Amino acid sequence: MRTEEAGAGRTARPPTGRRSGGLRERLELGTARIPFRVKLGLVWIGIFVVLGILFALARFDTPWLRQHYWFIFRGLPWTVAISVMAIALASILALLGALGRISKNSIAVGLTGFYTSFFRGTPLIVQMFLIYLALPQVGIALGGPWARTLTLDPLRAGVIALGLNYGAYMTEIFRAGIQSVGHGQSEAAESLGMTYRQKMRRIVLPQAVRVIIPPTGNEFIAMMKDSALVSFLGTVVAQMEIFRRAQLLGRRDFRPLEALLAAAVMYWVLTTVFQYFQGRLERRLSRGYVREVAGKPEVPPH
Amino acid sequence: MDAQPQLDGPVVVKVEGLHKSFGQLEVLRGIDMEVRNGEVVVIFGRSGSGKSTLLRCINFLEEPTSGSIEVDGIRPAGGHRTRAVREQIRQLRMRCAMVFQEFNLFPHMTALGNVIEGPVTVKGMPRETAIPLGEHVLEMVGLADKRDEYPIRLSGGQKQRVAIARALAMEPKVILFDEPTSALDPELIGEVLAVMRSLATELHMTMIVVTHEMGFAREVAHRVAFFHEGRILEEGPAREILAAPASPETKRFLDAVL
Repeated sequence: MRTEEAGAGRTARPPTGRRSGGLRERLELGTARIPFRVKLGLVWIGIFVVLGILFALARFDTPWLRQHYWFIFRGLPWTVAISVMAIALASILALLGALGRISKNSIAVGLTGFYTSFFRGTPLIVQMFLIYLALPQVGIALGGPWARTLTLDPLRAGVIALGLNYGAYMTEIFRAGIQSVGHGQSEAAESLGMTYRQKMRRIVLPQAVRVIIPPTGNEFIAMMKDSALVSFLGTVVAQMEIFRRAQLLGRRDFRPLEALLAAAVMYWVLTTVFQYFQGRLERRLSRGYVREVAGKPEVPPH
Repeated sequence: MDAQPQLDGPVVVKVEGLHKSFGQLEVLRGIDMEVRNGEVVVIFGRSGSGKSTLLRCINFLEEPTSGSIEVDGIRPAGGHRTRAVREQIRQLRMRCAMVFQEFNLFPHMTALGNVIEGPVTVKGMPRETAIPLGEHVLEMVGLADKRDEYPIRLSGGQKQRVAIARALAMEPKVILFDEPTSALDPELIGEVLAVMRSLATELHMTMIVVTHEMGFAREVAHRVAFFHEGRILEEGPAREILAAPASPETKRFLDAVL
């Protein structure tokens, strides 16, 4: 009975007003001819309409936001800068960490083991404060130039903490990536007479990158969001990133909804844009691994 | 075709008293072997008899347990791989190319990229010099038209020919072939053997070949060596040994393969 109805719904006009079946089934039958993508679009529009109504009820102050969004927006370069610097640091640390973890040197294994264990086992915000507030104490105890060197401004402390923390997680990503390159590749490189360094740089890492890039992209997206934590170290006005600006502005004018929502949307757009570029990069990296050229599947040649 | 033994050339590869154990398992139990310039030696024998291990030891992909290996006058010291030993091994490898059963082409490089990688990175050859060299060796293996293809788009036979071209581009004194046709579909074996044969007859390349292709051994090899339980049981001119093996083990193996 059911299957007959479903079949009819696909070919002829769906039966309307029938009491059989729940609301969900009737909805499915009634919209069977609308393409999935269109329905998906309608759902998204629906979500935004509902949210819009909610915000309107909360007296969303659009004119205020129009006046002030630029102040928040100017934090975007700082959010990006913090994340880029921190992911660069994290990548270097992750590479060293991964090479250390797979090495046969006990010192390297011990150091990297401590590093990953500590920075994965403690909260990021604690690490930030350790580096910002606790490190100067060590520097003063050491005396001399250390007092200055280990006293960091909030931005630097934040970047270093983010880099250390993410580097510890990414060590595993890099290790897996390096180990995903087959042993035969190493042997082929070695049999040509390559040194360890040449083998890594020319043969192993370029192939590992393919495996490393997608999860690292995810880490970078997470990092852009976690960069908001730097706010808690109290950056100076000129260097404030998105969240700190939104927080201060919203508090000053009692417009937390407007300011924080604007900040959230900026983060959202930022991560979405990055995801798009990451997808393109991944496709580019798959060169040499995909058989088809320009979408034309190829018969393996002989 | 008749391969002329050139037993008067200089010794290129010299293996003396080579032993190799993996834990309790003794894979090589005292190998002595000399290969002269221009000589083609085919090593055959049952799997597990230590054939591949010998090649891998000559290239120092495996550390010999004892004994010595000398290629073109270079004899790396055994034991701990100090900086000096690593450099000796590197020098040895530059003179001693290897072709693997599983090709091991670099998938992120084109055929030409694979071929010039050694000269450019290891020897420091300028790209402008390496590219004509790479094109030349690709032509020698009959793949000049595939220079810009990535390995994934090549057949198994073509991949192995690129791997041979990669070995040739290093201008080595000797090429070690570790079961070069064992991973290939039967109809692709011929093209690889044909290339190997041309290296022997036209370039007079010194080659040590581990293979089960006894036809190739008979036609191309100057010498064959039968491996049995980590030792060379029988060794001599290809025609003599293949026609009239002295040991019953060799005979049994040949009867099974041919």
